[in-house]
Amino acid sequence: MSTATPTRPRRRQAPSHRPPALDVRRPRHWSMSRATVNSVLLLATLYMLLPLLWLLTASAKNTGDLVSGRTLTPDRWHLGENLANLAAVGDGVYFRWYLNSLLYAGGGAALCALICVAAGYAFHVYGFSGKEKLFGLVLLGVLVPTTALALPMYLLASQVGIVNSFWAVFLPSLVNPFGVYLARVFCGGYIPGEVLEAARTDGAGELRTFWSIGLRMVMPGFVTIFLFQFTAIWNNFFLPLVMLSDTQLFPVSLGLYAWNAQTHAFPAYYPLVVTGSLLAVIPLIVAFVALQRFWKAGMTAGAVK
Amino acid sequence: MAGSVPQRATALIRPAPVPGRHRSGAPALLLLPFFVLFTAVTLAPIGYAIHLSLYSEKRSGLGFGGVQRVFTGLGNYTSALGDQAFLDGFGNLALYCLFYIPLMIGLSLLLALLLDSALARAKRFFQLALFLPHAVPGIIAALIWMYLYTPNVSPVVGAMESAGLEFSMLGNPVPAVVNIAVWEWTGYNMIIFFAALQAIPRELLEAAVVDGAAPLRVALSIKLPLIRPSLVMACLFTVIGSLQLFTEPMILHGAAPDVVTSWTPNMYAYTAAFERNDYGLAAAASVLLALAAAALSFLVTRLSGGRSGKAKGAEA
Repeated sequence: MSTATPTRPRRRQAPSHRPPALDVRRPRHWSMSRATVNSVLLLATLYMLLPLLWLLTASAKNTGDLVSGRTLTPDRWHLGENLANLAAVGDGVYFRWYLNSLLYAGGGAALCALICVAAGYAFHVYGFSGKEKLFGLVLLGVLVPTTALALPMYLLASQVGIVNSFWAVFLPSLVNPFGVYLARVFCGGYIPGEVLEAARTDGAGELRTFWSIGLRMVMPGFVTIFLFQFTAIWNNFFLPLVMLSDTQLFPVSLGLYAWNAQTHAFPAYYPLVVTGSLLAVIPLIVAFVALQRFWKAGMTAGAVK
Repeated sequence: MAGSVPQRATALIRPAPVPGRHRSGAPALLLLPFFVLFTAVTLAPIGYAIHLSLYSEKRSGLGFGGVQRVFTGLGNYTSALGDQAFLDGFGNLALYCLFYIPLMIGLSLLLALLLDSALARAKRFFQLALFLPHAVPGIIAALIWMYLYTPNVSPVVGAMESAGLEFSMLGNPVPAVVNIAVWEWTGYNMIIFFAALQAIPRELLEAAVVDGAAPLRVALSIKLPLIRPSLVMACLFTVIGSLQLFTEPMILHGAAPDVVTSWTPNMYAYTAAFERNDYGLAAAASVLLALAAAALSFLVTRLSGGRSGKAKGAEA
């Protein structure tokens, strides 16, 4: 596989120039050239990136240019104006939503990752009766369609009196059964038994061993779970939609939805929705670009098992 | 499947489980937060949904005060299943799944295989670029595509019209939603498949090449069977995710007249609960959806063969 031809084999003609390497024994029925492979990949990449590029240009257009689809030119550059409007409308409610999202997603993901790692660590390190049954329950939890739970959760929350509050969105986002599964896999990979034994013979308590040794060693797993949970909470729309009616508590996703619903009556909301969407995408893209090593490791662990 | 976790870790040794009950305080304490919350936000709502679905609320004449809850047995289920709007929702969902799942899984598999081939260049760039749509919130993805579907606003529609192609995506909700979902999920699943492909021992592939197998042959008869567990898992998650379809059609609802408020079962349940205040009916619809998800997950694991299907829980 790795001995590709140095001269790019464009077509099947010129068999005499075939490399004398591994793949000469049988003529290929259907050979793909390097150009074909990379063109297909490039085409797919364009499909993935062009909509984002459109978002980037659209957010610099004013209402008229956006609605008429006029091409963006430097003299029609309104990004600054759009950002100013975004900050001004509703006393800066957009940035209130943004802060809310950061709080829901940042706090929720950190706590969720800790809870998952604690449980995954316990499943990995200890033996107790009924352990695999309990773990089976976690795996079943992975398969539950969560949106089907939003309505009963709403009714339960209204009985406890936390509907339309921070907690109604925050508490459910602390639970991720797949995170527990991943944490157990990660603990299996990152925590060698000798280290724990050494800690025990040194007289460290079990919880202390978890906190200062186990958690530290499985940190890459922690970051991975954090990242995916952060994304999931930031992107969540159904739960806040069901739980919240106070606009001051909205996350960005729900706020943009509410604004989008107004665009028919008030076209001035179009640039707000578009520019607001761009700002809401940025932190996630930055996080995924910066933390590539972690999410790839996480998805490898999830995929290979 | 066994123990080939993140590469650099494979050499490490698993600790022997700590036997004996004298340590049971610590594991209980570590497991407690998860299971308390899991019970509160997953198990309890499941139980509550089933309970709710068996009751109906009868309002007294003027709607003040007297709301009576009446046990109706399976009444809510029969009225949901007898409601054409609910059945249409399932029909739309089925059509959506029929196009979306093979298309998305096929495309991500193709891209992963191309990326895994020796011919691909700039692998890191392609991985990242193809994955990026996954970092875009579903609601924003739907908004972007809604604009790209809208005549006048969209450069795509304009370009297609000048090329003589007239196809209104907003008039055809199923392809419109399928395209958004393909855009969102192809890169994510491609990374999973690519990771699994990279984990295949290189000697195995080299042996096949020495034996004269063409790249396509290697891909189909060696690589594919070896990554089947990931394939099954991706299909499973895709099925469960697809059934919950809500956000994208909810956004398109504003622009595409065909996307009614009961266009998917989830939208039906949402409308039943929050517009008609019929919690019993909404709960019954949710339970039916969850049952469909359970049945389909079971089918996926069964069809994929017992060996790899339920393997996820079997190891460690």
